[in-house]
Amino acid sequence: MAALQRRQGQHAALAIAAVVIIVGVPLWWRTTETYRAWLPVTQINELAKLQLQLSVDVEVVFARGTLTPEQQKKVPLTQTQDEEHMVDEDTALRYRYETRYRTATIMEEDALNQPTAAEADLSLHTLSESPCGSVVVYVIPEASSLLPEVVEVYIGQRRTAMLRIGAQMRVGRTLKQLLAHLEPRIQQVLQVMSFSHSDITAALSDRVRPSPGNKESLADSMRAFKSSPGYEITFSLLNPDPKSHRLHWDIESAVQNYIQPLLTKLAPVANFSIDSQILYYAMLGVNPRYDSSLSAYTLSADSLAHVINPVEARLGSNAASSNPVLNFLLYVPDAHHSPLYIHDHKKQKVHSNAFHSPRWGGIMVYNVNDFYGPDPVFPMDINISMAKVMGVFLAQLRLLLGVQSSATPPGFVVASCGSAGLADWELDRLMWSRTVENVATATTTITSLAQLLDQIGNIVINDNIAQQVSSTVTSLQLAVAELEAGNLGFALQYSKEAILASERAFFDPSLLHLLYFPDDQKFAIYIPLFLPMCVPILLSLLKMLSEARQRRKEKQAKRD
Amino acid sequence: RVTRKRSVDKAGQFFGSGHTNNWAVTCTSQFWFNYRHVANTLSVYRSVKRLGIPDSHIVLMLADDMACNHRNPKPATVFSHKNMELNVYGDDVEVDYRGYEVTVENFLRVLTGRLPPSTPRSKRLLSDDRSNILIYLTGHGGNGFLKFQDSEEISNVELADAFEQMWQKRRYNELLFIIDTCQGASMYERFYSPNLMALASSQVGEDSLSHQPDLAIGVHLMDRYTFYLLEFLEDIHPASTTNMNDLFKVCPKSQCVSTPGHRTDLFLRDPGSVLITDFFGSVRKVEITMETINLTSPVEQVEDKPVDGDLQRETHSYVDQLPVSEIIHQKPKQKDWHPPDGFILGLWTLILLVFFKTYGVKHLKHIF
Repeated sequence: MAALQRRQGQHAALAIAAVVIIVGVPLWWRTTETYRAWLPVTQINELAKLQLQLSVDVEVVFARGTLTPEQQKKVPLTQTQDEEHMVDEDTALRYRYETRYRTATIMEEDALNQPTAAEADLSLHTLSESPCGSVVVYVIPEASSLLPEVVEVYIGQRRTAMLRIGAQMRVGRTLKQLLAHLEPRIQQVLQVMSFSHSDITAALSDRVRPSPGNKESLADSMRAFKSSPGYEITFSLLNPDPKSHRLHWDIESAVQNYIQPLLTKLAPVANFSIDSQILYYAMLGVNPRYDSSLSAYTLSADSLAHVINPVEARLGSNAASSNPVLNFLLYVPDAHHSPLYIHDHKKQKVHSNAFHSPRWGGIMVYNVNDFYGPDPVFPMDINISMAKVMGVFLAQLRLLLGVQSSATPPGFVVASCGSAGLADWELDRLMWSRTVENVATATTTITSLAQLLDQIGNIVINDNIAQQVSSTVTSLQLAVAELEAGNLGFALQYSKEAILASERAFFDPSLLHLLYFPDDQKFAIYIPLFLPMCVPILLSLLKMLSEARQRRKEKQAKRD
Repeated sequence: RVTRKRSVDKAGQFFGSGHTNNWAVTCTSQFWFNYRHVANTLSVYRSVKRLGIPDSHIVLMLADDMACNHRNPKPATVFSHKNMELNVYGDDVEVDYRGYEVTVENFLRVLTGRLPPSTPRSKRLLSDDRSNILIYLTGHGGNGFLKFQDSEEISNVELADAFEQMWQKRRYNELLFIIDTCQGASMYERFYSPNLMALASSQVGEDSLSHQPDLAIGVHLMDRYTFYLLEFLEDIHPASTTNMNDLFKVCPKSQCVSTPGHRTDLFLRDPGSVLITDFFGSVRKVEITMETINLTSPVEQVEDKPVDGDLQRETHSYVDQLPVSEIIHQKPKQKDWHPPDGFILGLWTLILLVFFKTYGVKHLKHIF
């Protein structure tokens, strides 16, 4: 009886141990593991080593009189040039210039016969439209009257440039020598109209810490806003003295006529939303000094830095979006402090009477004392001349968005930017650097996210995060491929999609690393749960083992 | 040549420090006896505002239960000096996270940017790679942790990881971390991201002490380190050129009893070249606009949408939402009679029992 009972007891203990080990442990493991959706880690690691190839389509058109007949026989001709740069061990750049040389068609010759370069540029544009990212260079003879004497290159409003060939280059040379001679000049043109190496390395600043060498590019990179899918622009009219001035500004039409064309042209780059407001009794934070020599009040350059802060508190912003805000303030000085001029560091009057702050916006001081008649009656109705104001704001907007290019080389003349406020090649420049910036930022975001998720085993990776990561990887690969192929428009679009998806994945609220569980805390949680359960099982198993050993010993003793 | 020099000058202005905007995040604990922590935070908030950082760039996390606490003898005020010299609460304090919103989770969410999409702008840290951020934490702390709202803790490992994530996403240019708690130096031991500078009020094993009690309010008003820090900041104005080395000397052991510590090994620039206003103030870089665009096309009037007389002048009528006359002339409510509280009942029963136990039951008839 006792043996049977003991037998039953042993079976029971064994069964319980079996259930615990075979069913319980896997069940506990599955129910306490964190859900981690699959991420394309290998592809992300591939993207960590960024190898960008930027392809530019260049067309060089020789006008009549620039080539000798024997040189002309060898044309049309296509050449490809590669320039490789190793930025750091993870980032490699290659610039590929595919240059097509050809002679001008009859219609182009007619267009080049216009009296001035600007008109020639306009009629050339009516003939054909170059695709985004490409450059066309017209080589005109030495004796041509299109360009003035000292000017060698004229950069037009679209994507064309006119290059004057030097006299000694033409006679008695083969085509190859001629092309080799033109090469550095064309390179210069491309650096201005497409991108230069310093622009691209500045755009890569997310991946590569910029070297402190080039101060000017540092200032440029600090001034322009970083690439963002949208921007908010706010125009504010500050009237500190409503008792004297009743100001009227037709901001709606001014924005419609002057600012909107620029923003429409920049639509592939970002979305813009515009608002405007009028602030009364808003003073500048600095007291202007009276300068008797000018009989006017002045603001010195050093005090400008302190002007912005007191006003900024009153500006307000759109609570719903997190897009960067560009503030443009128009300040009309009060009657007692009119006129007010801004002085630069050399104590000279500033022509625009305006200043701007990097990554913030601009302020312009608009003096209205000229509108006072001989016998002013306050309050005076004053209509603000929006053309003058918008001229300044537009220039500041271009600077803040990063449109302004670096100083042009000597002998270059750049056409004014036209009614849209932006030349086509300036837009191309912006698109090149934005695309590279987006690709760089998206790759760093996605690689650091992958690293983070790898390091912290406790974070839950939801399906939507995995999906965003996959779509980022796809968009990045597409963007890099389009850059290689030279399709700038598509590349920018894919890079924007990549950035949106990567930001959404990285900043997903569910990825909060609050789950810092040191090992001793884990033990402290599990021991009170499992120890009381395991102790009887273990002891009974041990008891069975010792009994079995004893029986074997008895059996052996009986046998002996 | 002239153009070259001008650009060098321009760049020279920038080259002092690589930042274009400033942010500040401050945080503290709750409950009346932690009055001094709230006063600490609000004093730092005031200094930072005075030196120029606007409210839109300050994320203030306060329990906000001091000013209107029942125990505050002067409601709607928080004083930082005894004899009630300085009311740091005032009427333009913008608290972004208050009460139950001040949690470790929200703090880390603000730092790393992982906020739900519905979070408004004022509750976000919208910094970029050119922002200098000042973070000031105060409260109770221990070796390796800081108490949030006296109920949760944030460990130094979590904080270091949060800063690393900020660095990965380039959410700061330089970061100054100031902590005023007991054993504060333990909180910055684990930092490993570049461009971090940290100051603490006491070393590991030491306690940060409070400065002065106010007899009328009944609690300590400030902590020593923050008190001397604020005295130091009083002398700073937006154009001053004091640098960080002076900040490290604030509150020596003789005044603070604890030994303040700092950590600069992760910082790329030399602390002697870092201005106080780089972090505490918001001195904007400014460039003169040299070029303008000549706009000559005339302004076409935007067509106004036809104005309907009826649409413009809607008559607004409001419901009488507050019947003031009724409220003023109301009769006082009848107070219902309630039987005495259980506690009082129990107490009386106990007294009676003891009485009868001592003196015997026969005296009962004397009572009833």
